[in-house]
Amino acid sequence: MNTLAYLRQLRLSHVLFTVLVAAILLYLIIPVLIVVPMSFSEARFLQFPPKEWSLRWYEAFFHSAEWMSAARVSLITAVVTTAVSLPIGMAAAYAINNSSLKVIRTLQIVLLLPMMVPIILIAAGVFFVYARVGLISSLTGLVLAHIMLALPYVIIALLAGLRNFDMSQEMVARSLGMNRFRAFMAVTLPQIKPSVVSATLFAFITSLDETVVALFISGGDNQTLTKRMFTALRDEIDPTIAAISSILILASLILVVVAGRNKQG
Amino acid sequence: MSNAYLAKSMPDAHSEPPASNADALAREERRENTSMLLLLAPALFMVVVLLILPMCWLAFQSVQTEDGFSLANYARIFEERIYWDTFYLTFKISLIVTLLSIVMGFPIAYAASRLQGFWANLILICVILPFWTSVLVRSYAWLVLLQRRGVVNQTLLDMGIIDQPLNMMHNTTGTVIGTLHVMLPFMVLPLYSVMKKIPQDLMQASESLGAKPFYTFRRVFLPMAAPGVMAGSILVFVICLGFFITPELLGGGRTILVSMLVQRNVELYHAWGAASAVGLVLLFVVFLIFWGINRFIPIERILGAR
Repeated sequence: MNTLAYLRQLRLSHVLFTVLVAAILLYLIIPVLIVVPMSFSEARFLQFPPKEWSLRWYEAFFHSAEWMSAARVSLITAVVTTAVSLPIGMAAAYAINNSSLKVIRTLQIVLLLPMMVPIILIAAGVFFVYARVGLISSLTGLVLAHIMLALPYVIIALLAGLRNFDMSQEMVARSLGMNRFRAFMAVTLPQIKPSVVSATLFAFITSLDETVVALFISGGDNQTLTKRMFTALRDEIDPTIAAISSILILASLILVVVAGRNKQG
Repeated sequence: MSNAYLAKSMPDAHSEPPASNADALAREERRENTSMLLLLAPALFMVVVLLILPMCWLAFQSVQTEDGFSLANYARIFEERIYWDTFYLTFKISLIVTLLSIVMGFPIAYAASRLQGFWANLILICVILPFWTSVLVRSYAWLVLLQRRGVVNQTLLDMGIIDQPLNMMHNTTGTVIGTLHVMLPFMVLPLYSVMKKIPQDLMQASESLGAKPFYTFRRVFLPMAAPGVMAGSILVFVICLGFFITPELLGGGRTILVSMLVQRNVELYHAWGAASAVGLVLLFVVFLIFWGINRFIPIERILGAR
C-alpha cells in the first residue's frame, strides 16, 4: 500500500514536471511561430487568427525599393564579412592553438573583447571613429565593424576544431616536404571542416543579425535590413515586418538544419 | 618548437654538426614565435583599431569638459536621480531575468539531458530555433502578443479571465518578458551541455545505496550541474546589463536602461562626455564580473557556450 502511494506521488510529480516543461517550451516557441500566420493576414491591423488571407505584405516587401535595397545591403555585408573574417580568424585560431608563447594567451582574451564589451559601447566608439575618417553610412565601414564583431565567434568555433585535431599529422606532412601552408590546406583543413562550417554560420548570422552598430553607423542607401526593421518597429507596426520576419524565420530554420547536419556529419 | 625544427631540417639533419644544434633550435623557436604573432596580427589589428582605441577615446572624453580635466560626468551619475535610477533599474531587471532564466532553464535543460531521441530533439529545437531567430523578429512577435489589443489580452478577455486588458508593454513587465525570451537559450545551452555529461550511473548508484530521488538530485546531480548554472548566469546577466534592442522596443521609451542612456546621449544630445562616463561605468562592472568569474571558469568557456 505504501509503495503504491509512493508510486502515485511519483506519477503526479512527473505529470507536473512535464506540464512545466511544456509551458516553458511554449513560451519559447510561440513568438517564433505566431509571426508566420500574421504575415498572411489581409488586415492592416493586427488580428489573430487572421480573418482573411493574402500575400499583400510579401508583395509590399518585394515591391518596395527601400526594403529590397536594405535586404541587398544586409546580404552583401554578411557575405563579405564571412569571407574576410574566416581567413583572418583562422590565422588567429591557428596561432593561438599552436603557440606556447605566454603573450598569446593574453592576446587571445583581447580577441574575445568584442563579445564582452556591451554592444552599445562598441557602437558609440565605432560611430565616433567613423565620423572622423568619413566612413559613416558607407558599406566599407559597416563590413569592417562586422568583421571585428564576428571574429571572436569565428575564433572560438575554429579553436574548438583545432584543439581536437592532432597537429602531429600536419608535422608529418611538413616533414615529407610540404610547406606549412600547403600542409595546413591539405591535411588540417579537411579534418576540421565541421568547425569551419559552424564558424561560417556564426560569422554570417552575426553580421546579418547585427542591429545596434548598424543603427549608429549605417544610413542613406546603405541602411541594413535590421536598421530599417528597427526604425519601422519603433514608429508604427507595419505588417510588412511580419512578412520579412517569416522569411527570416525560414532562413533560421534552414540554418538550424544545416548546423544540425554539420554536428552529426 | 623542436618539432617544427625537426620538420624543417629533417632532410639534411646529418650534415649539420651537433654543436650548432642549440643555436639552430633557438633561432627556429624565434622564427616560429614571430610567425605565430604575424598570424595573429590581422585579427588583433581589427580589434585594436575598431574597439580598443575607440574605448580609450571614450575614456578620454569622459574626463574632459570645456575647462579641461574634470570628473563632473562621473559625479553626475551619483548625483542626478535619473542616472542613478537607470543604473538601479538595469541591475534589477538583469537580476530578475537571470533568476527567471535559471528557474525556467533548469527544468528544460534537465528534461533534454535525461530524455533521448525524438523528445530530446524536440526540446532542443524549441530552444535553438528562437536562438537563431533575429532578436528583432522576436521583439516584433512580443509586440504583437503583448499589446493592449494583442493576442494575449484578446485570449484572456475571450476566456473571461480578465475584464480589462492588462498593461504588458511600455513597462518593466514587457521588458522582462521579451528580454527573458532572448536570454533563456543562453542559459539552457551551457546547462544542457554540462548536464549531458553527468552519467546516469551516478544517480542509480546513489539510489541503490538507499537515497530518495530528491536527495540524489540535491546531493549528486545539483553539485555537478552547478558550473553550468554559473556559466549561464554570468552570460545572461552580463548580456542583460548592456542589452538594447528588446528593452527599447518593448519598454517603449519608458523603462530606460543604461544602454538607452548611452544611445540617447550620443544620438539625441551629442553629449559625448555623459555617454562615455555612463558607458565606461557599465564596462567597468562587466569587466569586474568577468575578472571575478575567470578564476573559477575560464572566460573562453563561458563565451564559447553560446
